[in-house]
Amino acid sequence: MNCSPGKRFALVALLAIAGPAFAQSALPPSRYAYTQLEDPRQEAEAKALMETLRCLVCQGQSIADSDADMAGDMRALVRERIAKGERPEAIRSWLVDRYGAWVSYRPPVEPLTWPLWAAPVLLVGLGLFLARGRFRRKSR
Amino acid sequence: MKRLFLWLPLTVFVAFLATVAVGLRTPPETEIRSQMIGKAMPDFALQPAVASHPPLSAGDLRTGRPRLVNVFASWCVPCKAEAPQLMALKRRGVPIDGVAVRDRGEDVARFLADWGDPFERIGADPASRFQFALGSSGVPETFVVDGKGVIRHQHIGDIRPENVGEIIAAYEAAK
Repeated sequence: MNCSPGKRFALVALLAIAGPAFAQSALPPSRYAYTQLEDPRQEAEAKALMETLRCLVCQGQSIADSDADMAGDMRALVRERIAKGERPEAIRSWLVDRYGAWVSYRPPVEPLTWPLWAAPVLLVGLGLFLARGRFRRKSR
Repeated sequence: MKRLFLWLPLTVFVAFLATVAVGLRTPPETEIRSQMIGKAMPDFALQPAVASHPPLSAGDLRTGRPRLVNVFASWCVPCKAEAPQLMALKRRGVPIDGVAVRDRGEDVARFLADWGDPFERIGADPASRFQFALGSSGVPETFVVDGKGVIRHQHIGDIRPENVGEIIAAYEAAK
């Protein structure tokens, strides 16, 4: 951009004071939103769970990846409960009870999702069947 | 039979294309409905969000009369857009309590002064815990709670003028 240093400074200053396009809370983030647990084993458990929980506001990201305030609060919830000794799967089902299976990136086997689990097996089976036919014809 | 079998890959491919075409045309479902509808409000006791209003706890929602619980925040733009509709509901005699999410007292006070105050009680939800317990996934959201404290209806997003009727209907149905 062709403009004087003074103008450039003014522009940067304007950008700095401009409000963010998406509203964010003025409160500081929860303690465990961006802070790991002291116990590395517990933190590893929490991290593994956070990577398979879906962010509610930025759908398509896990709460481990998201910078949304609500995802931060959900990480804090996960870490605090893990620190209290709760099992990761208990926390997952607590959230599924409230938000549905949607909130989990690990789909359960149920009538709606069984094709998802069965399709790879069926496709491999079909592939083997076709391959078998091929090999037979060749050996003749 | 073999002739028919030859057409199978093409049929599968066309079916795949059709599925994709339909999927592209249907708008994505981005609302995450709470699974708590029809269940009792979880037990909770919130701190006051602002000095001018008493705080909110589960007992305040078991008064024998249905109430609305509006989850809002001063930093939330659609919450400003729905303020006139909440005021209209209040004028029609619908009792409304608020829960201010990740908010500061002074900001809530300014929000009420600027956009109107439809609330009887306002609880503070500084770390979204109330929202998680309710299966609420954003602000604003409005819940209709019946006189026994059972959640009867959830409205996701701001209440537009055309939504006021359905909120009142849900409120009447909870009586």
